Amino acid sequence: MQFIYFLIILLVVQFLKTTLHTKVDYPALDRELKIIRWVGVILFVLNFSNESAFIDWVWHAAIITFVWYINSKEEFKSSRSMLSSISIIIGIGVIWSFLVVIFPTSLESFDSFYDAFKFVGLIWVATIWFQNRKQWKQLEEERKLRLIEEENLRKSEVRKAELEGLVAERTKEITLQKEELEKALENLNNTQTQLVQSEKMASLGELTAGIAHEIQNPLNFVNNFAEVNSELIQELKEEQAREQPDYELIDEILRDLADNMQKMTHHGKRADSIVKGMLLHSRSGAGEKEKRDINALADEYMRLAYHGLRAKNKSFNASLEKNFDREELFASIIPQDFGRVFLNIFNNAFYALMERKKIEDENYSPTVWLSTFAKDGMVEIRIRDNGPGIPQSVRDKIFQPFFTTKPSGEGTGLGLSLSYDIVNQGHNGTLEVESQSGVFTEFIIRIPQNVPS
Amino acid sequence: MDHVKILVVDDERDIESLFLQRFRREIRNGDISFSFAFSGEEALTYMKDHASEVVLILSDINMPGMSGIELLKRIRVKHPSPHPMVMIVTAYNDDNYFQQAISGGADDFLTKPIDFTLLKEKLKNL
Repeated sequence: MQFIYFLIILLVVQFLKTTLHTKVDYPALDRELKIIRWVGVILFVLNFSNESAFIDWVWHAAIITFVWYINSKEEFKSSRSMLSSISIIIGIGVIWSFLVVIFPTSLESFDSFYDAFKFVGLIWVATIWFQNRKQWKQLEEERKLRLIEEENLRKSEVRKAELEGLVAERTKEITLQKEELEKALENLNNTQTQLVQSEKMASLGELTAGIAHEIQNPLNFVNNFAEVNSELIQELKEEQAREQPDYELIDEILRDLADNMQKMTHHGKRADSIVKGMLLHSRSGAGEKEKRDINALADEYMRLAYHGLRAKNKSFNASLEKNFDREELFASIIPQDFGRVFLNIFNNAFYALMERKKIEDENYSPTVWLSTFAKDGMVEIRIRDNGPGIPQSVRDKIFQPFFTTKPSGEGTGLGLSLSYDIVNQGHNGTLEVESQSGVFTEFIIRIPQNVPS
Repeated sequence: MDHVKILVVDDERDIESLFLQRFRREIRNGDISFSFAFSGEEALTYMKDHASEVVLILSDINMPGMSGIELLKRIRVKHPSPHPMVMIVTAYNDDNYFQQAISGGADDFLTKPIDFTLLKEKLKNL
């Protein structure tokens, strides 16, 4: 029996030492366990030198103390399952010892049973030990696995922190970039506003000569008819002063006077509308939509563009053909914006004619056709020229900002892109171009009429 | 002064009324008669049928389609003689036009606005 106790002590101590790593984690317990082991060894040695009933009781006391000690330590709870089995063995051992004391002789016939019991107990202890070891190994593996997981978790935490730092850094960079971009955008917007303004001014410059010519003509008429009227009044006075005035002649003169006054008013208004158009054109900012006669506006800008170009190139001539569906065609438009669309398209048309004229013979007759018609609440304006036409590759780009085929200094490249925006965004319309190389180019503007018919 | 037939070429239609009134006395007296064409092309067509009658063509330069200079050149090709006379009217008192008109065979010049007193003087000296 002592051998089993000894084995139990050795195995349990060994088990606790290895599973709990007491040497490192619990040095105080480790020392106690070592002492226990030495006590066990000493008792075992004493056992050989003095095999008496007394030593049996010492063993019983030692092993019970040992079990109590192990059971009392919270750190050793992993071995508690073993202790219950061990307790049974101890219990039987203690009972046997009592029986030996009470019936010292009559038990000898049961010695072989007791030996068998000891043998089974030995195997039992060994089995329990193996099982616990196995369980512990499993636990250990799980623990290792958990450790690895924890390590991974820790690593990922570290990585996360790194990433967060990185993200914060990037966010800062991006914020900075965003601010820079916003600033750039603001600059760009300012530049755009300036460019739009300078484009307006550039086209106004082109207009000036046309405007001068267009104003000069009506002014001449006003002056001329004023002179005629002075003459007529003089004639009238002379006729009245006669003894027998020719009343038919007087009537005729009066009629002419009235007609001339009407003509003067007409030409005065014509000059007035041109000046107003010019002022509209140079005015910046968003204009209001108003009901305007598209035919008159288009015609006015066609003439302005024509004379503007002629002022620069005096040998240039073109025919202006008008084809209006009806005499007046009203639509709701922003006049100064739409005027710029017309001006840009007409300027391009006349420029195209001038270019083609340079390489053609006398039979070439440069012509611009302006036609308008209204249908189903939409107004369609077609501006066509028989210039060199626009190749497909160029046609795809003409509405892009800063695209120009004119030599540098002659075009801002903004005219058509601005026109496109004005028609599309400003008037919910469309601006399209059709062309055939060497035959024609035609710009088609379509906008909703938006006026009660 | 014999009877003078003048063809006035200008794209402004009111020019007709203006001329007829400024020259009402001369017209009434039968000294001068006017025809009007409102484009270079129209003037050429008119000249086909009335070439012998027209003594003087008074043409604006600045017209849509055929310009006054081009009209002048066409007429001079058809009528290399000094007949009819061609007087060029321009809004721009411009040397470039002047040279072009001279080389095109123009006989005289007027600037806009037309000084009718000056024009009448010139007509007297025809």
